[in-house]
Amino acid sequence: MGDTNAIEAVDLRKSYGEEVQALDGLTFSVPAGTVFGLLGPNGAGKSTTVKILTTLAHPDGGSAQVAGHDILSEAPRVRESIGVVSQAGGLDREATGRENLRLQGQVFGMGGRELERRIDELLEQFRLADAGKRLVREYSGGMQRRLDVAQGLVHRPKVLFLDEPTTGLDPEVRAEMWDEIARLAGAGLTVLLTTHYLEEADQLAAQLAIVDKGKVVAEGSPDALKRELRGDAIHIELGTETAPEAAVREALARVDGLDEIIFDDRVLHARAEDGARTVPAVLAALDGADLEVAAVTVARPSLDDVYLRFAGRTFGEAESDEKPRRNDEEKEAVR
Amino acid sequence: MKALRDTRHMTVRHLMALWRQPWWIAVSLIQPVIWLLLFGALFKAVTDIPGFGSDNYIQFLAPGVVVMTAFFGAGWAGMPVIEDIDRGVIDRFLVSPVKRGSLISGRLASWALTTTIQSLIIVVLALIVGATFSNSVLGVVVLCVEAVLVGAAFGCLSIGLALLIRKEETLIAAVQFLVLPLSFMSVTFMQKDLMPGWMQTVSDFNPLNWAVEAGRDAVTAGPDWGAIAGKTGLLVAFLGLCAWFATRAFRTYQRAV
Repeated sequence: MGDTNAIEAVDLRKSYGEEVQALDGLTFSVPAGTVFGLLGPNGAGKSTTVKILTTLAHPDGGSAQVAGHDILSEAPRVRESIGVVSQAGGLDREATGRENLRLQGQVFGMGGRELERRIDELLEQFRLADAGKRLVREYSGGMQRRLDVAQGLVHRPKVLFLDEPTTGLDPEVRAEMWDEIARLAGAGLTVLLTTHYLEEADQLAAQLAIVDKGKVVAEGSPDALKRELRGDAIHIELGTETAPEAAVREALARVDGLDEIIFDDRVLHARAEDGARTVPAVLAALDGADLEVAAVTVARPSLDDVYLRFAGRTFGEAESDEKPRRNDEEKEAVR
Repeated sequence: MKALRDTRHMTVRHLMALWRQPWWIAVSLIQPVIWLLLFGALFKAVTDIPGFGSDNYIQFLAPGVVVMTAFFGAGWAGMPVIEDIDRGVIDRFLVSPVKRGSLISGRLASWALTTTIQSLIIVVLALIVGATFSNSVLGVVVLCVEAVLVGAAFGCLSIGLALLIRKEETLIAAVQFLVLPLSFMSVTFMQKDLMPGWMQTVSDFNPLNWAVEAGRDAVTAGPDWGAIAGKTGLLVAFLGLCAWFATRAFRTYQRAV
């Protein structure tokens, strides 16, 4: 606690109206100079957390410090110390890249030649030197995103918030963005990154907190989290439409070395010390119980498995739970 | 003073955006030209009504059109605010040390400048089609001041509504609901004595009417400067009220984030 943490969030609570409990006692801390990932599906409360920590929204309960300042009683000091790249970005599309960066610097009290030098530096760093005089409206998605990040850095903040920095970008552009973010981390900046991409958290975050339904369900480095799940992940898709869970569990009870069985809608997730050796026994047991198997996968533990273990559902499911409308549209399209 | 510096930076932002779309000023002049030329020609004969008191309708109409154009334009001041909300620009400023008020005052300052230019163009057009403006430069300056004041007030109102409702369609409906009735319940088109009694009463409380009366009086021979000052004072008070509303709306917006 204290001096070495750039962010301290304790028991943050926030609800919107009576229905939506966005944050339900969220607690985590971020050591200074590291990249910290908040990983969770859409609607888990990541953006709400960022809004509260950046003083945009007020929590209903709990407290937090950012760069050593209390977010409620010292909001102006917090604002001076942070850079924020929100999901919407916040760029003025009718202005040039340079003008956007200039205005950002000016509201932080910068100006004159010092500011222009800083802008040159950032345009160079984010490969926008040639585009600086063009209107942001004409930028590609990747260029806009790079300018978003540059904009968050103009005033040399101590803590940078990146809210879903690569959502909506092409895979190639995303990889480029990851390089940029990794480089920032090397420079001693504290970065709070929110993402719903497991791979992104895995690649970039030194430490991460997995968030589900407004709470932190697991915390640690990606490797440590994966190590906690000893053994391999086994996923089995059953062929029969209506496999009774009890029958499946009963069949599997006889298999040695099979742990943490989670059954959802025809798909079985389980862990085994040695996946390759356990699978034949599993298949035999299912066959013996007249349960048809459609597909089997064995994999080293991934963050998806970590999520499954702590949140009790797969990441993909959590995502579609939080977006029922989109899910309906997809079903519509399938028909 | 940080508030002034921030206002300047925001003003520059809005002026640059406008500078890149100069055709916008031309487009916004189409409506006043139609009022002036078509409406003015169509209702030329109203001056024949006993008691109208003026024998040149364009002369009568022109100051009203100057004020009304500022008023109509100001109604839309909230639209770019909604765009800023949608693009995250407002939120980006709210997490920076920028002075909150400058987000409103910057818009108003750039808007006041363009309104002044617009008003002067309409004055020139009116002169071309046969209106005359008394009291030389001072009269026209006062007319522009009234236009800017009433515009700034309704601009604040529109910005405040934009922050509260945050939907372009709803804002358009709200503005339409306000703009035309207020225009007709004023002396913009008709001499006060010839309006129905209840309308006369309403117009006494209509800020647009204060601006038109003061502006028209200022460019008419033998103005009553005392009455003009009184109405200007009322407009300033009304502007203060609207500005207060806009800042309150900002707080409400932030609470809803």
